[in-house]
Amino acid sequence: MKDCTRNVKKSESEFSILARMSFKKGVEDGLPIGIGYFAVSFSFGIAGSKLLTWPLITLISMTNLTSAGQFAGLHIMSEMTGTLLEMAIATFFINLRYSLMAISLSQKVSPSFGTFKRLCLGTGITDEIYAVAMSSKVPVTPIYFLGLMLLPYLGWTSGTLIGAVCGEVLPHFLTDALGVALYGMFIAIVIPQMKIHKPTCIAVFISIALSLLFNYAPVLSEVSFGFAIILCAVLASLLAAFLFPIKENA
Amino acid sequence: MSLEVFFKYLFVMAFVTYLLRALPFILLKRQIENVFWKSFLAYIPYTVLAAMTIPGIFKATEFLPASVAALCLATLFSLKGHGLVLVALVACLAVMAVNGLHLWI
Repeated sequence: MKDCTRNVKKSESEFSILARMSFKKGVEDGLPIGIGYFAVSFSFGIAGSKLLTWPLITLISMTNLTSAGQFAGLHIMSEMTGTLLEMAIATFFINLRYSLMAISLSQKVSPSFGTFKRLCLGTGITDEIYAVAMSSKVPVTPIYFLGLMLLPYLGWTSGTLIGAVCGEVLPHFLTDALGVALYGMFIAIVIPQMKIHKPTCIAVFISIALSLLFNYAPVLSEVSFGFAIILCAVLASLLAAFLFPIKENA
Repeated sequence: MSLEVFFKYLFVMAFVTYLLRALPFILLKRQIENVFWKSFLAYIPYTVLAAMTIPGIFKATEFLPASVAALCLATLFSLKGHGLVLVALVACLAVMAVNGLHLWI
């Protein structure tokens, strides 16, 4: 009798895993991310349209799928002094957090998530997609993850495309205003964490102070944008990690 | 910028980003346990975004007071708990308002 109920329970849980981990459920869970990405990448498209034509800007979004990294990359491209090495190092540090997410996500995926599928779907590891995947109570299947990243990917690329075209077409009065949209979103990402976590506040202020130095101090302002961002973020984060290590899983 | 130069930059950017995601995903099967490096990586996104926003936002528009207004209003709305899209919209509207006022006067 005990065995029987256990079997029923087991098949029920297997069924609910299949239902929760379907392609359709993934697409549903990805919808809010997709809408958010459309808005963010729209402003990336606007920012990019000052430097590149719309097909090229869209190509950046199609191959990268990362907001802060692409934005920094665009700046490095726009600086004639920005070298390829600088691009590689800046991209490495700004996107290093994805490695951490990839490591923790690899603990959470189902056994059916083989090496080849990981190679194909790894591009989908972004802050938001990762957060949703990790919030799942059951192991993440490849088909669910594919569904989950579908709308964010489409939102990201189509937003960039439309933003870039608008940037070329819209009057200067509007594009000037839309140019701060991306910064507005950055602020909206940083402030909530600063509110709940004092050490993040301190880390952010150190980073800002360094960033101001690198922009306005006599010798330091010679340092190019990419390296300045790397140095600010790495120094501030090292100091914060040393002074205020985060004990719990954050 | 020439197309050739663009594609070199694009390749480096996309390749590094992809490797950062894919390699740990297939290679590492255990979690980082070192508290220091875990903390370092947890702080990185915020310090990167902060360093890019300031002073970047001051150069994003052609009229400094407009940028300052955008920064202040975006910070205020974010402190009040509003989300990404609304905060960005408020920043844009602040720039339009200040630029409009500037043209008017």
